[in-house]
Amino acid sequence: MYGRLPIVKMLAAIVALTAAISAVMLSINWDGQEASTAASKIDDLLNVMIVISSFVFSLVVVALFYALWKFKAKPGDESDGEPIHGNTRLEIAWTLIPTIIVLFGGGYSWKVLDEIEKPAKNPLTVDVFSQQYAWSFGYPGKGNVWSQGELHVPVNRQIQFKMHAQDVIHSFWVPEWRIKKDNVPGITTTAIVTPDKVGTYQLVCTELCGFGHATMRAKVVVEPPGQFQKWVAGLKEKVPQPLAESVVQDTETNPAPLSAGGA
Amino acid sequence: MLAAIKRPGWTRGALGALAFAAFGFGLVISLRAISGLPLYQTEQTGYPHVIVPLILAPLGFLAGFGCFDYWLRWAAGAPTIPDDHSQHGAKTWKDYFRFNTDHKVIGIQYICTTFFFFFVGGLMAMLIRAELAQPGTQIVDAATYNSLFSTHAVLMIFVFVIPVFAGIANYVLPLMIGAPDMAFPRLNALSFWMLPLAGILFIGSFLAPGGAFDAGWTGYAPLSTGAPLGQSFFNLGVQFAGASSILTALNFLVTIITMRAPGMTFWRMPLLVWANLSTSLLVVAATPFIAGAQFMVLLDRLLHTNFFQFAAGGDVVSYQHIFWFYSHPAVYIMMLPGFGIVSEVISTHARKPIFGYRLMALALLGIVVLSYSVWAHHMFVSGMFSWLRVPMMLTTLLIAVPTGIKIFSWLGTLYFGKIHTYSTSMLFALAFIVTFTIGGISGVMLGMVPIDIHVTDTYFIVAHIHFVLFGGSVFTIFAGIYHWFPKMTGRMYDEKLGRVHFWGTLIGTWGTFVPMHWIGMDGMPRRVADYASQFGNWNLLISCFAFMLGAVQLIFLYNMIVSWRFGPRAPANPWRANSIEWQVSSPPPIFNFDEIPRVVGGPYEFGVPGARHAIMAGEGAEVPATEPSVVGSP
Repeated sequence: MYGRLPIVKMLAAIVALTAAISAVMLSINWDGQEASTAASKIDDLLNVMIVISSFVFSLVVVALFYALWKFKAKPGDESDGEPIHGNTRLEIAWTLIPTIIVLFGGGYSWKVLDEIEKPAKNPLTVDVFSQQYAWSFGYPGKGNVWSQGELHVPVNRQIQFKMHAQDVIHSFWVPEWRIKKDNVPGITTTAIVTPDKVGTYQLVCTELCGFGHATMRAKVVVEPPGQFQKWVAGLKEKVPQPLAESVVQDTETNPAPLSAGGA
Repeated sequence: MLAAIKRPGWTRGALGALAFAAFGFGLVISLRAISGLPLYQTEQTGYPHVIVPLILAPLGFLAGFGCFDYWLRWAAGAPTIPDDHSQHGAKTWKDYFRFNTDHKVIGIQYICTTFFFFFVGGLMAMLIRAELAQPGTQIVDAATYNSLFSTHAVLMIFVFVIPVFAGIANYVLPLMIGAPDMAFPRLNALSFWMLPLAGILFIGSFLAPGGAFDAGWTGYAPLSTGAPLGQSFFNLGVQFAGASSILTALNFLVTIITMRAPGMTFWRMPLLVWANLSTSLLVVAATPFIAGAQFMVLLDRLLHTNFFQFAAGGDVVSYQHIFWFYSHPAVYIMMLPGFGIVSEVISTHARKPIFGYRLMALALLGIVVLSYSVWAHHMFVSGMFSWLRVPMMLTTLLIAVPTGIKIFSWLGTLYFGKIHTYSTSMLFALAFIVTFTIGGISGVMLGMVPIDIHVTDTYFIVAHIHFVLFGGSVFTIFAGIYHWFPKMTGRMYDEKLGRVHFWGTLIGTWGTFVPMHWIGMDGMPRRVADYASQFGNWNLLISCFAFMLGAVQLIFLYNMIVSWRFGPRAPANPWRANSIEWQVSSPPPIFNFDEIPRVVGGPYEFGVPGARHAIMAGEGAEVPATEPSVVGSP
């Protein structure tokens, strides 16, 4: 009607650009080392999103630059463009196709979320206590012992962290595990992690908690179960009374799911 | 002297502020004396003898300045002073420092005030980047650093991006719909004068013992409820900025709904008008929530109401729900008016009707509806009820659909057009499309719970918000300022300097905010004065780009000031646009129109033979479209 667009060539350019951007972007290890079972699942989701995003970005860039190259007014040209007001089929397409894409992304994310939070049969429960500006950790067992500034966990076993904050909100993040959870005064929050690589990592506070926020760190050691047992056995100090109270008093934020049976 | 005290103005305003502050101070002290309490309560969250005067002094200033004179006379049954329109128009620069009810003067007052705060907030960003250029602490200590990024964000959000859009719309929108002024001119003036008071409270908090507020612009409880006195300045400043915002939005709603020129049906409104209608719908319903949240924090601090005190049965997470119920819609409050600006600029400079005009308007309304149902995506790791995450994720992802419609429709508008890129406004509008797409993509990623769990509260978030707020909103603000500068000042700006500003801003934005995505994903949390040394080189690079980005804004400032004073005279319609504001002189006549125009067609009928948007006074319907349709003195 108003002249044809080289649709095939433009699509080829979009695909080529998508491939080029994806190739570069996927070759970069964005999130760093993977050290939990959740990490690879989250990174896979991220990589799928990188490819989809490269396509969207390429589409916009190719469409924009082709228009700028093809339809730029010549100097002194004061005429108007073609009076095209829209195209219903095209408008329906660019409403429906993105809807399908984002709903696919939503469904995939939901699946990943369910997988990384699936409770295991025999998890180890570790209490996390945070206060301005220090971390400490309580381990189960008859001794109810704790460690300050250093967290040890066994490898390849699901850990359920039960988190308690004593003053303001802190947030528990081990980048290599890809897991983060706020520690909130007055409630118990839960994070589920299965570390799968032995090593030493850093626990970072990611919720602004005051002037010491930037340096509120702790050492995280993932080790074979035997070594972990020995380390816990070597701990002498018990969880102090005020912290132990918060374990009892804090309310759980997440009651059992509805499907798990009525009250 | 006595005359100066009686007349509304700065003298009476200052006296009003002093008198009200003294009254508040006296009230607190005497009540405490009567109750047998120590006169001054100076535990860090207290200071009632400071807080009460801080609430009253701005009200005293507004009363003294003349914001309430007409209403008070009317309410008291005194004869009101008939408006002789002496408060209309500005003859010298001094007139911009008066209580003025002319929407064009108020628009310029808004824009200049907000850009002042933009530069103050920008200086803070430069200090932040200087501190972050190397690991360790060099320039400011950790507590000052926390104050700096908190005030930077608050100034940029509450007294720059949100109100500068209100300023641009204030100037342009009544002209665009063929109205002589806003629906409530005195309310409009009151809305403006509350704004500098909010900014002064925010900046003034640096004088408070304990320093400026430092709990972030989000002010999460209980960090905020226990913070030093500066936090109360924030709680109060938000009230004034919020009230200003709400009153302006009401004014826009009434103006748009009731004051459109004859023939301007809803489907003939320019998209800027649609955008401000949508924004105003968000502001009137959402802004009361942040006002409420900050009052609750203030009451917790002063009166121990314990809304958010976990030890007394309060609920910490509920603060975040109330806060984000405003602050997520606020993201769209900061973006929708920009969408409107970009639509005007692209259609005009591509000489093409907007592609899919009706779907564009409906997409705005779709964003309004959806934006009320996504707030908890800021709280995926907050420990809120975990079932809320998936529905909030799905609504968040769906909001990409109307946003995508807008991007695709702008691109569609370019096709088969005659694209002119000589204007800086068009450059910013085109760059906005690409930059905002990046911000949208990272937004979709953040909407996905598993990715969000890893990257929330890291530099990935800082990158995302700056891509949407700087690469998005601020680019559209620049596009709007350049586009309507000739209309507002009657002068042309320097396109060469505009181009330097554009390229510097574009490169600076990408150079500063692209690497932040990576260091965030790789493990650098946000809101830290110090960081692991592995991120040192990246941060140095980011800081270099940030300084360049800051420096080129001075070129913009120079261009605006010098062009306003010495620029060549602007014709009525330098961009050959169709909408009504371009059919009057530059600057427009003092009362906008001798006779209200008649609207006879859509706003973007480029290339349609014989099509007209509006017929101005003195023109017959049969006047050919090529005839210059200028009204008023050139």
